[in-house]
Amino acid sequence: MRYMLLIYGEEAAQEEAPGEAPEISPPWMEYTSWLLREGIHTAGERLATSSSATTVRVRDGARLITDGPYTETKEVLGGYYIIECDDLDQALEAAARCPAAFGGSVEVRPIIGMPVPASAG
Amino acid sequence: MTSVAPEPGVAHAAAPESGAAARLADETNAAIERAHRDAYGSVLATLIRFLGGDFDAAEDALADAFATALETWPRDGIPGNPAAWLTTAARNRALDRVRRDRRQAEKLVLLERELEATEVATMQLGTEGGLADDRLRLIFTCCHPALPLDARVALTLRTLGGLTTPEIARAFLVPEATLAQRLVRAKRKIREAAIPYRVPPGPELPERLDGVLATLYLVFNEGYLASSGEAAVRHDLCAEAIRLAALLADLLPDRPETHGLLALLLLQDSRREARVGADGSIALLEDQNRSLWDRAEIARGFETLDRGFAAAARLSHAFVGRYLLQASIAAEHARTVDGRQTDWRAIATLYEALARIDPSPIVDLNRAVAIAQADGPEAGLVLLDEIAARGELAGYHLLPAARADLLRRLGRLSEAAVEYERALALSDNDAERRFLERRLAETRS
Repeated sequence: MRYMLLIYGEEAAQEEAPGEAPEISPPWMEYTSWLLREGIHTAGERLATSSSATTVRVRDGARLITDGPYTETKEVLGGYYIIECDDLDQALEAAARCPAAFGGSVEVRPIIGMPVPASAG
Repeated sequence: MTSVAPEPGVAHAAAPESGAAARLADETNAAIERAHRDAYGSVLATLIRFLGGDFDAAEDALADAFATALETWPRDGIPGNPAAWLTTAARNRALDRVRRDRRQAEKLVLLERELEATEVATMQLGTEGGLADDRLRLIFTCCHPALPLDARVALTLRTLGGLTTPEIARAFLVPEATLAQRLVRAKRKIREAAIPYRVPPGPELPERLDGVLATLYLVFNEGYLASSGEAAVRHDLCAEAIRLAALLADLLPDRPETHGLLALLLLQDSRREARVGADGSIALLEDQNRSLWDRAEIARGFETLDRGFAAAARLSHAFVGRYLLQASIAAEHARTVDGRQTDWRAIATLYEALARIDPSPIVDLNRAVAIAQADGPEAGLVLLDEIAARGELAGYHLLPAARADLLRRLGRLSEAAVEYERALALSDNDAERRFLERRLAETRS
């Protein structure tokens, strides 16, 4: 069973240091290592700040482009992991160890997948 | 779709042609009703495990088994172990259904393997061990914190309690469709998010047990405190909460709080008959006719409380939790036949201990009332004014109601009247309103 951990948090801290390349802090390195050691890590990426987000909607055939994330909230999506677990309890246990759970929040969603169409061409 | 269990009271037996046949039909129906009441939850729990956590398939199969019982028991006689008979019948029906569905062929292989593995275990269905484990699994799944609270309550009553969807809807005063939808959503989440069907392992158990206890307490309070709804249905909720709490205390005897909750429910329930006066108004503890208290239930409450404290003493970190403390407070009231002999000092001390582990302005309010009884209304008023100044209970009718009571006892009747009016404006419980209106009239006479 695959689960996505959607990582939410406030961005203020990151925006205070413009220009510097964002470092991956030790807690995140340790957390990713832990997921790998447990053998449940499938994927994981960090997202650029929500100020760099652009939202696309198509309405009546017209493309509508707006600046910013889909919803403006204090806590924004900052990254994700995909983990492979036996059941929800195991996934919740992994989520509770995520640095974002302390201060921010981690949403745990089962992945039901999507059939991959035969490649075109 | 959720299927409603067959109505066991409806006689499907052939029309009786002789007295003996009529008697047999009556006995059979009574046996089926008994099996439904006593064994529904445990048989369903076993079926859910057997079907790999598929609640709907288990419910359908069990409904089929009850329907079969209605046909065959009058003809073949009542089986020696109705629960085992129902489990076997339901399991076979579930297997039939799976066999008919070829798309689930793979599942069938797994099920048949499981069937062989559990054959020996289910032979001993009459023994409590195996069944108990399944019910414990079921209760932890139904009360999983990943489910919304209202769904946990509904699912617990539907599966473990065997209450029908309309019965639960009536008890909670929600439309049947709403409740059915709640159950469907909860079962879908259990399936899609893979909420495990198991008792949580050691380190997680205390935290998860809190959730189970809170759910059962909510079921009880819904039945105990609600002012509207059918009395019989509400009583069912209390009885069901007590039955499930007793089951939990039996299954997890080493956890002190399982006994704490059961003792609390028993001691509160013992006052049921005295709680509401002839005019339908709430009777305060001090005004209750204590001869109406159920002494047998109180005795059982005390025994349970002792077991809880014994279990707490056995733990390396002796910790008395909130349910043991609340049950101890209820016990202080229950032990006195004459309300004037109540040890309010002891009760105030217990509320202090409760405030330390579970700080809340309501606990402070109760402590203030106990202090007022022990040391006089002025001492209580000082504490109530502190709580009011913190502003946390603004909008809670029991704060002005408590102030009103103390002012009344001090003879400050016009101030008391103002507080009664304030409490009335905030209360929407009919029985409580009747009480407050009566007191208000007294302060003005």
